[in-house]
Amino acid sequence: MTAIEMVASDAVPDESSGEREIEFRDALREAMSEEMRRDARVFLIGEEVAQYNGAYKVSRGMADEFGERRVIDTPISESGFAGMAIGAAMMGLRPIVEFMSWSFSLVAADPILNNAPKMLYMSGGQFGCPIVFRGNDGAGGQLGSTHSWAVEGLYSNVPGVKIAIPSCPYDAKGLLKTAIRDDDPVFFLESERMLSMKGPVPEQEYLIPFGKAIVRRAGRDCTIASWGRPVNFCLEAADALAKDGIECEVIDLRTIRPLDLDSVVHSVRKTNCCVVVDQSWPFGSPGSELAARVHAACFDDLDNFVHRVHSADVPTPYASNLEQEYLPNARRICEAVRHATYRA
Amino acid sequence: MPITKVFSTEIERISILDEHGKFDEKLGKGLIPDKDLVKLYEAMVACRHLDEVAFRLQRSGRMGTYPQNMGQEANSLGAAYALANDDWLVPCYRENCGLFWRGVPMEMVLLHWMGDERGNAIPRELFCTPLAIPIGTQMLHATGLAWAAKYRGEKRIACTFFGDGATSEGDFHEACNFAANLDIPVIFFCQNNFWAISVPGKIQCSAPTLAQRAVAYGMKTVQCDGNDLFAVVKCVRDAAEFTRSTGKPHFIEGVTYRLGDHTTADDARRYRDAAEVEMWKTRDPITRLRAFMKERKLWDDSKEGSLKERVEKEVAAAVERAETIAAPNRTDFFDSMYAEIPEDLRLQRDSTQTHGLGENPSQLDGVEVRKLDHPEHAH
Ligand SMILES: Cc1ncc(C[n+]2csc(CCOP(=O)(O)OP(=O)(O)O)c2C)c(N)n1
Ligand SMILES: [Mg+2]
Repeated sequence: MTAIEMVASDAVPDESSGEREIEFRDALREAMSEEMRRDARVFLIGEEVAQYNGAYKVSRGMADEFGERRVIDTPISESGFAGMAIGAAMMGLRPIVEFMSWSFSLVAADPILNNAPKMLYMSGGQFGCPIVFRGNDGAGGQLGSTHSWAVEGLYSNVPGVKIAIPSCPYDAKGLLKTAIRDDDPVFFLESERMLSMKGPVPEQEYLIPFGKAIVRRAGRDCTIASWGRPVNFCLEAADALAKDGIECEVIDLRTIRPLDLDSVVHSVRKTNCCVVVDQSWPFGSPGSELAARVHAACFDDLDNFVHRVHSADVPTPYASNLEQEYLPNARRICEAVRHATYRA
Repeated sequence: MPITKVFSTEIERISILDEHGKFDEKLGKGLIPDKDLVKLYEAMVACRHLDEVAFRLQRSGRMGTYPQNMGQEANSLGAAYALANDDWLVPCYRENCGLFWRGVPMEMVLLHWMGDERGNAIPRELFCTPLAIPIGTQMLHATGLAWAAKYRGEKRIACTFFGDGATSEGDFHEACNFAANLDIPVIFFCQNNFWAISVPGKIQCSAPTLAQRAVAYGMKTVQCDGNDLFAVVKCVRDAAEFTRSTGKPHFIEGVTYRLGDHTTADDARRYRDAAEVEMWKTRDPITRLRAFMKERKLWDDSKEGSLKERVEKEVAAAVERAETIAAPNRTDFFDSMYAEIPEDLRLQRDSTQTHGLGENPSQLDGVEVRKLDHPEHAH
């Protein structure tokens, strides 16, 4: 058993137990700071991470604690610092690279997609690439289409990456610690819309293993599988549906690569019904991948085809009303569940 | 002689009306006719007022994030004035003054920052591209626009704007290299305001000037006092003449200062020295020009008073137009996706009320489903 498995916990701490509540951004910072105290090879690099405490205040105080050598402000050169960090990772350091937004990682597509995920493969096992790329992903609230990329749709197609996408502060911390200790490149997708979200995060150390989903809400009528921020939309939808007597089982996948198909299949065998909710675009997405796998694994269990709720197949709109409509919001999830359960 | 000198260079700096009001007659005489000067001054005052109003709109929740242009007005304005009206203006996001001079309605910039795509629909005949938010991208587009103009045998050139921070992006270097090596008539106008959000210039560039970055690409270059409208007009006019006649690019570094925060989401007091800001206030392009015009009897307090009134009305009307525009329609976002909407997207558009966006046949009640035919398979 690895160290990670020994301290891993799948249980969400009980909120009524007087557990301390902290913001998503603080959970991220605690994960980074704890890992930097634990391992001198870990450092943080990105635009505005040091002096400014991070564009979104995720790295508040870290420059003071760890100094300029380990919390490094960069020029506005995403391709530059992503590529350099890969070089450092090849030398055995463990960089955490912050993209102010994952949208800006597109400038660094060659290093993060063409180098990091295949370094081990292309060097015949000589050079690993233990690196974490992290930042805000998805629609941040009227940031316009160039700043609102949900990159999981694009990047999950690439072999060699791991993708973690937390939906709450507890997972943000536990998954990020695992990401930093991982020997492979990890894309860690946060959301500007969740940074101020508060949630229980225990004081004692814990890690969350990759590839292990968690049941956020139990139910017998329909399985809703999702990851990242949309899990919260699913829970909202499940509340609304429960009032109409439709009990949904909401499964949070936590990581897209690896993808925990077993947990979803286990649930679908019970509910005979499945809705996949994914904020990426519908065409060739992690959502379509999961749906295809559920169809294959649960062919005889399903009472209806797997329904998918995605963002609309257009660039993220700028106007607030259009952005709401574009996202896989609770209203659209409810409709999908009603159709999938023949209760439309 | 084993060691020889193969290259050396000097960078010129142009200043005409300095912050103490000293005017260089030799360079400045006849550069801007008096009646234009008054109009240019008025344009800066209007732009400054819009900045103040936009800031208040944001603080009262009526606008999203907004980047003030305060202190940098003379750069884009001088350029827009010196260029031909059908030369391309390819802005970043701190060029409001030049865009307004070109004729972009104020409410479009407001709409943009209120989060409405329609703010980007700048009429084509104005030869302005929409504000560019991903840092660096527009410099390559400008190079391509100018290249296309050359290809088509037009006299049009392009002028693109970007900050000091943007010179760290690969896009900047690739644009410069292309423009210089392929002889592309584009002006690279760098607004060096010394800061990229909280990051000081030193982290972006260790050379004493940004202008010299162009030297390495074999490009003509100059530095100017970007808070001096006269200097900007002279530099851009000279650069445009050079660029138009030779087809080659030209670099301009406008030395200026961001008097406000990076955007309304920022508080620059946390990383900038108050004394630095105060010092730059004494170099403000607007007060400098006003003093000059008063001295030349082109301006007085009563004119200032009536200008203030006019500008307040103009900005208030723009705000009103931006705020009263009907909300965009939820199906709008499908319509400008392709030149002609493909069938599957049309189904998504017509069934957005439902979850699967056209996937699920059962949601399509009432939506016309056209029988797909595949003409490419017909023969
Ligand atoms: C590719 C990319 N990376 C990062 C950002 C975030 N960002 C927005 S403005 C800015 C600073 C730009 O500084 P500078 O180029 O000097 O222009 P200024 O804001 O000073 O006018 C940064 C880093 C972005 N918009 N695009
Ligand atoms: Mg700057």
